[in-house]
Amino acid sequence: MSLAATLQLQLGSLDLQAELDVRPGELLALLGPNGAGKSTVLRCLAGLAPITAGRIAIDDIVVDEPATHSFVEPEHRSIGVVFQDYLLFEHMTVLENVAYGLRARRQPKATAHRVAREWMERVGLGEYCDQRPRALSGGQAQRAALARALATSPRVLLLDEPLAALDAGTRAGVRRDLRRHLQSFDGMRVMVTHDPVDAYALADRVAILDEGRIVQTGTLAEVTSHPRSRYVADLVGVNLVAGTVLDGVLHTDTGARVVIADAAPGASFAVIRPHSILLVQHPADGASARNQWPGVITELDRLGDRVRIGLDGAVPLTAEITIAALDAMELRPGDTVHASVKATDIEVYPA
Amino acid sequence: MLRMRTPIRLIVASFVVFGLVATACSDESDTTPATGSAIAGAVVVFAASSLTEAFTEMADAFAADHPDVNLTFNFAGSGDLFTQISEGAPADVFVSADAANMTRLTDAALNAGAPVTIARNTFEIIVEPGNPQAITGLTDLVDPNLIVVLCADTVPCGKGAQQVLANAGITLTPKSLEDKVKGVVTKVTAGEADAGIVFVTDVNAAGNTAEGVQIPAAVNVISEYPAVITKDAPNPAAAQAFVEFVAGPAGQAILTTYGFLAP
Amino acid sequence: MLALAALAILFFALPLVGLLWRAPWSNAWGYLTDDNALTALRLSLICSLWATALSVLFGVPLAWVLARVSFPGRGAVRALCTLSMVLPPVVGGLALFFALGRRGLVGQWLYRWFDLQLPFTTAGVVVAQTFVAMPFLVITVEAALRQLDGRAEDASRTLGASRWYTFRRVTLPAIRPALAAGAVLAWARALGEFGATITFAGNFPGTTQTMPLAVYLARETNPEQAIVLALLLIAISFGVLVSLRDRWFGRGAAGRHSVLA
Repeated sequence: MSLAATLQLQLGSLDLQAELDVRPGELLALLGPNGAGKSTVLRCLAGLAPITAGRIAIDDIVVDEPATHSFVEPEHRSIGVVFQDYLLFEHMTVLENVAYGLRARRQPKATAHRVAREWMERVGLGEYCDQRPRALSGGQAQRAALARALATSPRVLLLDEPLAALDAGTRAGVRRDLRRHLQSFDGMRVMVTHDPVDAYALADRVAILDEGRIVQTGTLAEVTSHPRSRYVADLVGVNLVAGTVLDGVLHTDTGARVVIADAAPGASFAVIRPHSILLVQHPADGASARNQWPGVITELDRLGDRVRIGLDGAVPLTAEITIAALDAMELRPGDTVHASVKATDIEVYPA
Repeated sequence: MLRMRTPIRLIVASFVVFGLVATACSDESDTTPATGSAIAGAVVVFAASSLTEAFTEMADAFAADHPDVNLTFNFAGSGDLFTQISEGAPADVFVSADAANMTRLTDAALNAGAPVTIARNTFEIIVEPGNPQAITGLTDLVDPNLIVVLCADTVPCGKGAQQVLANAGITLTPKSLEDKVKGVVTKVTAGEADAGIVFVTDVNAAGNTAEGVQIPAAVNVISEYPAVITKDAPNPAAAQAFVEFVAGPAGQAILTTYGFLAP
Repeated sequence: MLALAALAILFFALPLVGLLWRAPWSNAWGYLTDDNALTALRLSLICSLWATALSVLFGVPLAWVLARVSFPGRGAVRALCTLSMVLPPVVGGLALFFALGRRGLVGQWLYRWFDLQLPFTTAGVVVAQTFVAMPFLVITVEAALRQLDGRAEDASRTLGASRWYTFRRVTLPAIRPALAAGAVLAWARALGEFGATITFAGNFPGTTQTMPLAVYLARETNPEQAIVLALLLIAISFGVLVSLRDRWFGRGAAGRHSVLA
């Protein structure tokens, strides 16, 4: 009893190949950069975009499997969707919006409105029943959309960037409310977001989607402690180097050598934290346990009393030093410096 | 030529062109009057549409006699032609398919000189090729199962057909009253109508797409085609030459081949 | 700009002024209440309303298919369905003969099996009017459907609504202004239809002689009545166009084609 999906779909420049498994009561956050295919995954699950290969099953009921020509239309899938900008129907009252799914399922008007009213009360919109959606604030519209999606008691709830349409000031409060309302739902939940804060606050598990592939899954803590994609590394703010370990050296895909402490041979990731990088103007000799790579400064980014420095070289890096150190060295974009990292400061784990 | 630089001029010019086209219809000739005694220049003939085929052939014969005359026709219903002339369209000659529209013109004093009858026409029953309904005469047309169409009484063929039926003492209910004689021909040749009453010349012009059933002379109506030179004719000399040509032996010979009767 | 706009207005207003100027006001009432005129007017209203109804019934699904379903040759189909807008109406009437007349492609079977002949019948008038009027509705509604945010329909589907229920409850309300505009355009076109009607359906008072035909026929024998009838036709259309514009287009907040909050 779960949502199990193996998705393959070519759509424009997107080549989607992803596998998902969500258990009842679980909320999986799909986290990834713009254009990674997050919303497309939701559209596949909802039946709005048929997959070209693979299989989607909700509670063991196959809803999309091209190989067996099985396809269940969106209206016959047990799903509810909260869209990014909520997509409330403007020509109906909020109550009629919430009752819409039940009316579409040929429930009598009285029943549909009674259930819808209960949902409106539950999400705290009781007094807005007869208002038009336009009268609602962003957070209220989101709750109305949630009530509308849940009023038909779906097994799967899909949320597409539920907080993206809100301004920063209200987002925290709405996120808290959403968390509360989501907890009362015991079905499978998939949420698309590009904001790790949403994932942290709402998700049980995250899946990182990058260029149509799921590159990492796990709890947010697991994922961020061992990044496996440039996207997650950027999110956490560390340098990620991919390569192959052989005899205590990681050979990067671009041909550079990273001297590391003990690590098992094979394809690996190495994480280099920006503050563990030492910048020197002249290379020091000896010290085999240190890595030294020349690089050209591409950018300087002040963050309080520290500065982030972008370096372009055999191993592209972001280093972080103090303002005092920067002033002492008189670094400017275009200058060449040497980045020095101790082998023991580099964390290596299998890819 | 006009040199137009500003859009306003262009627009004013298009209005002017619009106006000319609207009044002059298909008239594209330049209307420089003939000078001196030589017959030359453009001459514009407004003629009833039943004359289309005959006059088009006539143009070649006329050109052989008068190579310097540039002859153009405007064929339409006689009533429309009268309206156009009375609104100032530059016609040299008006040839009507009935006396009534000619009378309207002379009553309005838009003529120069008296009208001359150049041809006469009579009526026939037009039927589909092979006469599938085996119609032999007017009395067959009262069969309620037959679809009969006539011209509206606003046009010469409609007035004539009504007169023919009255002469024969026949009352019938047509399915349609067409606004022009070609409308009746089309309905019959397309197979929608079984019969209609049209000019003999229209049956001839339809060629093998239709057949005619004769109407006895005793009840038939003879329609006259009067021609006249208009009062404001830009080229009265050439207009006179054309009318004389049509009324003369060469013109009459051509009209006869199209089924018209001599005046 | 203003000068050009003023010229354009003048271009439309002058012919109307011309009609008003020539109108025989003292006899107008007599001409209007003439039996023939009333019959033609009644027939015109009935036929044009039928043509509008048929245009909506068939034109809206057609517009939906053109806007929402992508299939090879869609452009050609669209061109085909709007061809009658540019076809000379008389040619349209002839084409209808060849299709639906007694000897026509389909018409011969209608005649043989059901003894049905469209020419010379009021139904024939409706067919001719629908033929020329429907494209106006189709292109208006299709444009609105294209502008419509398709995600509203997606949202409806995920809530358990079928395509048809979605169309009725979400799509239709959204395109209502365009549908009204298209229907009014189609109706106006049907009301003024002349060439296809007289060619295909003929002209007989009470069955196929609509107002434009009556005006055309009257212009020779009784130009004064023709002017009065034409003015009546103009007054009716003008009244409807003005009132509907205010009601459906003016209020629609600058052509909003959205049902979404």
